[in-house]
Amino acid sequence: MSFVELQTVIELGLICSLTVLALFLSYSMLGVCDLSTDGCFTLGATVGAVIAVAGHPVLSIPAAMLAGVCSGFVTAVLQTKMGINSLLAGIIVNTGLYSVNIAIMSGSARVNLNKTGTVFTMVKGLLAGTPLEGWHVTVVAGVAVVLTVALLTLFLNTRLGLAIRATGNNPDMVRSSSINPTFTTIVGLCVANALTGLSGCLMAQSQQSTEINIGSGMVTIALASLLIGGTLLGRGGIFLRAVGMVLGAFLFRLVYAVALRLDMPAFMLKLVSSVIVALALALPYLKSQWPVISRRLSYKKALAVKEGK
Amino acid sequence: MLDISHISKTFNPGTVNEKKAITDLSLHLAPGDFATIIGSNGAGKSTLFNAICGDFLTDSGSIVVNSQDVTFMPSYKRSKHIGRLFQDPMRGSAPGMTIEENLVLAAGHGGWFSHMSAKDKMAFRDQLAQLDMGLEDRMKQPVGLLSGGQRQALTLLMATMNPPWLLLLDEHTAALDPATAEKVLDITKSVVAEHSITTLMVTHNMSQALELGNRTLMMDNGNIVLDVSGEERAHMTVNDLLERFKQGSGKALDNDRMLLS
Repeated sequence: MSFVELQTVIELGLICSLTVLALFLSYSMLGVCDLSTDGCFTLGATVGAVIAVAGHPVLSIPAAMLAGVCSGFVTAVLQTKMGINSLLAGIIVNTGLYSVNIAIMSGSARVNLNKTGTVFTMVKGLLAGTPLEGWHVTVVAGVAVVLTVALLTLFLNTRLGLAIRATGNNPDMVRSSSINPTFTTIVGLCVANALTGLSGCLMAQSQQSTEINIGSGMVTIALASLLIGGTLLGRGGIFLRAVGMVLGAFLFRLVYAVALRLDMPAFMLKLVSSVIVALALALPYLKSQWPVISRRLSYKKALAVKEGK
Repeated sequence: MLDISHISKTFNPGTVNEKKAITDLSLHLAPGDFATIIGSNGAGKSTLFNAICGDFLTDSGSIVVNSQDVTFMPSYKRSKHIGRLFQDPMRGSAPGMTIEENLVLAAGHGGWFSHMSAKDKMAFRDQLAQLDMGLEDRMKQPVGLLSGGQRQALTLLMATMNPPWLLLLDEHTAALDPATAEKVLDITKSVVAEHSITTLMVTHNMSQALELGNRTLMMDNGNIVLDVSGEERAHMTVNDLLERFKQGSGKALDNDRMLLS
């Protein structure tokens, strides 16, 4: 694998690991599979791009995160206050966000950032002449990931963070601790979607363009990374598990890069991620069914031998 | 401490599945009362507990706990002053979280962004040591690794660490083996006595229903058909209880798990 390819793996791995960390919070902790992730990722990308074009690259980051919070809030309210199934709430918001995203890009499906100052171009200038020249994307995304992992670990060990984890684990217990599970679900989804928005924002600015489909399939790709990360560092404290999520994102990108080298066309990315997710989710079930299957097979075999006599 | 007046609850009204679970039930518990409840299958014992805890809104009537009207209060707010244990030992704690994490949530003090302090951990350690189950050395282990009895004892600790006004025990030892059940019951008795918590306890053990606490209630068909206490209760035998139930409800007691021992 060439150096440039490896650099791309690291950059994409870092940026996407923020979405994986978002799902770590919503899917692994809160027990909600947030299907608005695709739309929210695009929302972060479009908001980040539009504000950068307007000349505020630094402001674009909190703005994208705030947009994510709003999206997460709507998803959470739909499922907690309106009685809509959590999967359906995500799909509804995801569909709505398509129009919202086009509206943010003033009716167009693309925003070009080629001549726009972004957080990456700002750092690129700073790094010129240092040994890190050319690594500006890695530096910015790396700082974002390190901060996110640290803050997320701190957050999940606060009383509120524990309550969020307990909500996904046993909502009855949360209620009997005088905590409203509706509240913890809303907070959890807002924080998770802020991270998804940040991820989208960094992706758009690092690619120097965004388009309406930038986030499509993101939820499956992130889930694949999450499941890989879970098998790597699934046991242990929150910090180790969060680090596992980042490693999972790297490993997924690495596997994908290797597959590309083996002449797999780029459009296969989503099929590969689907297969990984389906396999990873199905394996525990198949494993639990295996004794029944093997018993049945050996029984039939014995029967066949008997009848053969 | 607890004042229930004329509550009713009908599930699926107007359908073939209509079930009058509670019919015009009233109950008054004085502070420090410990009442046991026995009754046939489907008599409404658990439904009564669910109504007190706010799992559903009653169709009529009012529920007052310690002079506070909780009739329309959501269950998570009521739980601040009402502790509850279920028959299923798995329901009271979060299996994927450690013992100390469960305890810090139940303790409920500190702001949203507070972290568990060393002082908290010391306090938890002492409280766990009182259970005498060796849990104080396993505070960093996930609760899912504990046995049913250990989990029920932990739940009891969580429900009473801030002594509630009212403690509801819904056959909380029924799913445990006899030795563990006795241990959990002993812990229950000492915790309730220590803080003189007003307690309601459903049991299917007839002699337990007469031995424990100071009042025995019998439920049938969504109402309380028998309420004995004081001198009368002190001299009562299991057979007397069965006889009185027959008089009160007009039929023999029918509970497939009832223990007559």
